[in-house]
Amino acid sequence: MTIEIRSAPHIKSTTSVEQIMRHVVWSLLPVCAFYVYQYGLSALASMVVVTASCLATERLFVKTGTQSGDIRDFSAVITGLLLALSLPPGFPLWMGVVAGFVAIAMGKALFGGIGFNVFNPALVGRAFAQAAFPQAIASYTPSFLPGRFYEMIPSSMAFPLMQPADVSEWLKLKHLDALAGATPLAKWKFEGVLASAEELVTSLSGHMAVGPSPALILVCGIYLAFRRHLDWRIPAAILGCAGLTAWLLFAFSPERYPNPFFMLFSGGLILGAIYMATDMATSPVTPKGMWVYGALIGLLTVVIRYYSGLPEGVMYAILLGNAATPLIEKITQPTPFGKSALARLGQAKRGASYALHPGYISREDAGAVTPKKRFLRNKPKPNERPGEREP
Amino acid sequence: MKLLSYFRGEAFQRGVHPPSCKLTAQTHIRRLPFPQKVTVPMSQHIGKVPHPTVKLREEVVRGQPIARTSDWLSVPHHAPVTGVVEFIGLRPSARGPWVESIVIRAHPGATQEDLWGRPRDFTGAAGSEILQAIWDTGMVGLGGAAFPTHAKLTVPKQAKVHTLVVNGCECEPYLTCDHRVMVEQADDLIIGIRYAMRATGAVRAIVGIEDNKPDAVIAVRAAIERAAHLPGGVPEGEIHAEPVPTKYPQGSEKMLIMALFGVEIPAGGLPVSLGMVVNNVGTLAALGRLLPAGRGLTERVVTVTGPGVAKPGDYIVPLGTPIRFVLDYAGAPGVAARQIVLGGPMMGQAAASLDVPITKGMSGVLVMRGDELSDHEGRKTYPCIKCAECVESCPMGLNPSTLGMLAAKREYDLMGAQFHLGECFECGCCSYVCPSNIPLVQQFRVAKQILREKAISK
Repeated sequence: MTIEIRSAPHIKSTTSVEQIMRHVVWSLLPVCAFYVYQYGLSALASMVVVTASCLATERLFVKTGTQSGDIRDFSAVITGLLLALSLPPGFPLWMGVVAGFVAIAMGKALFGGIGFNVFNPALVGRAFAQAAFPQAIASYTPSFLPGRFYEMIPSSMAFPLMQPADVSEWLKLKHLDALAGATPLAKWKFEGVLASAEELVTSLSGHMAVGPSPALILVCGIYLAFRRHLDWRIPAAILGCAGLTAWLLFAFSPERYPNPFFMLFSGGLILGAIYMATDMATSPVTPKGMWVYGALIGLLTVVIRYYSGLPEGVMYAILLGNAATPLIEKITQPTPFGKSALARLGQAKRGASYALHPGYISREDAGAVTPKKRFLRNKPKPNERPGEREP
Repeated sequence: MKLLSYFRGEAFQRGVHPPSCKLTAQTHIRRLPFPQKVTVPMSQHIGKVPHPTVKLREEVVRGQPIARTSDWLSVPHHAPVTGVVEFIGLRPSARGPWVESIVIRAHPGATQEDLWGRPRDFTGAAGSEILQAIWDTGMVGLGGAAFPTHAKLTVPKQAKVHTLVVNGCECEPYLTCDHRVMVEQADDLIIGIRYAMRATGAVRAIVGIEDNKPDAVIAVRAAIERAAHLPGGVPEGEIHAEPVPTKYPQGSEKMLIMALFGVEIPAGGLPVSLGMVVNNVGTLAALGRLLPAGRGLTERVVTVTGPGVAKPGDYIVPLGTPIRFVLDYAGAPGVAARQIVLGGPMMGQAAASLDVPITKGMSGVLVMRGDELSDHEGRKTYPCIKCAECVESCPMGLNPSTLGMLAAKREYDLMGAQFHLGECFECGCCSYVCPSNIPLVQQFRVAKQILREKAISK
């Protein structure tokens, strides 16, 4: 008989990297399905092609041995799906392939693979696409077009290395030209038109060229937070800070600035806050750091949206937040047990079971009670005798 | 469930909830027969190693002192069986290295009754006399640390102790020996607590018990009441039994004190700086039995459990019994055991051989078959994905993620100086939760050892 020697701990929780990544993919699937329902065949093709490109690139770099991890860990699938969700549905497929390659190659493999990347790979891919294909990335087509499940948006099928065809001609045939090529944010920025709340939250009504549904993303994000696969502090900080800043500006000048609700639910803020900023490898590990990081991203988003030439600022805000992560971590290291202010002063937390004071004689005299906030399972009653309880 | 823990106030922050797997919580403590030979290692505790006082081929009686030293931070050993000293020399120990041991061949038919001992009445005895008597019993912390009990109960000159904290948490999964001792030997425990209170001068004692053992709380409370109704009551002060939330590592003394009193022991400090002394329930129950009888520690309660054991249970095992004998008796003969763990699964040590003896600090023998280890074993190790699970679980509030990355880069000085490596007590929470399967605790052990060696060589 042979016995093995390993170091403690000898048991281990079953959560693994693959499992976390798989859960994130599953939670993304409803969002993706709704996106396909909104935009039809082109969105589906874009998602499949971009994800395939990411996986192929990942495999290439794993094979050549320059990065750790493998495609089986599902992290490249997340990158692919998020990248596809952040691109317009009619984005030319060949450009999607290039963006996917850049996302994995420059966003991840360059740094050494899973866990080592400094920037969110999906956003690296999107930033590259924004710089390389500015026209294609700005041309959104309306959602819920008739016949979207039978034909592709013409721009999707552009030949490799060719600019896509103009879709306005094609849209004219659908009698929807008034809406072509404008997201709610672009409409507000360049035309001063505010989208209605209902349209923004559910993305269900009208043909407004909105992205994936914020309400659905929120639901999926809450699921992930409960499974502990994303840290709720980051989205809370981002949305809180963005909402607060937008509300302050709105209160200061309601004519110039849109209401904070529009700020939160338009564009990619919800998607970015829940799925992109929470990318584990690129966000701080310290709890305090997460608040700082989220607040920074929220603030930067509002600033970029209101004061720059770009309609959307979430992507650059998150990339800047990623860059600041090491510094944030450095200044927000947790306080070890026994070094807190409480410990230095030798003071007890309120609501402790027993008084610490040496002058203490009787617990009843001191009036100390077991705090109610603690949930003690199977707490025996004070007058219970042995044997009364079934084992 | 991070969100919920914010509203659910808990005894100490962070920590983990491993599956409890207390298979033997309701089985009675049973006695193990003598093996043919027992091996008593001289080094069973923290402190100086005592020297054998018996000679080869000498007849010894169960309970007779067989090794002692005059050093204060050390304890004597007693013969666990009646028999003949067969060998004095090096034998393998659980930790790996061979250590000086006394091998005694048991007389066939020797009784397990303790034959050596001088019953003593401690009425009116001073604290120092009780401490001396504790020293004579050879008692060490039975919870696992094996720190000499008399040294733990000795109060430094400038300090004053007002509270004796009795640790009945048993937060390690699988282990139930303290649980069963509290249920079955509650009266011995109260006697032991009273001796410890007299030795330290404490005026109250609080038994902290995790709330997954309600029967232990009831049993100890009933014993407290019985003691209070004795003629004379409990003149030492008062004794309470208090349930504390079940969470690993609640059994660490810092965490237990946090749960009971809401105070953090300052980093680098001992509980005595707050006027407290912490002792394990198993230790005090054994003390309560041995001290009035004037006997030595010759046996202890060991949890023999795990998926690979047919008859799991808590056994009274004579010290020095080979693990092979214990496992044969408990029905794990040549099982498909992949790993034998001495102690609990979170902090215990894997045994290198089945021929090592049970020692004073060994609270459990776990037979792991491999199914429960398999995902630990066959799992791939990823680079740290910075999921922050370890930061969320470290009871000491450290940053194991960053510490692990520094350890990989061998930046040991930085780990110690800036990231408080010295505060780590190797509870294993970070390794337990790590989805990347990084052996964080092992890295920290290595780093701490290197820092210690550096400090010595300076």
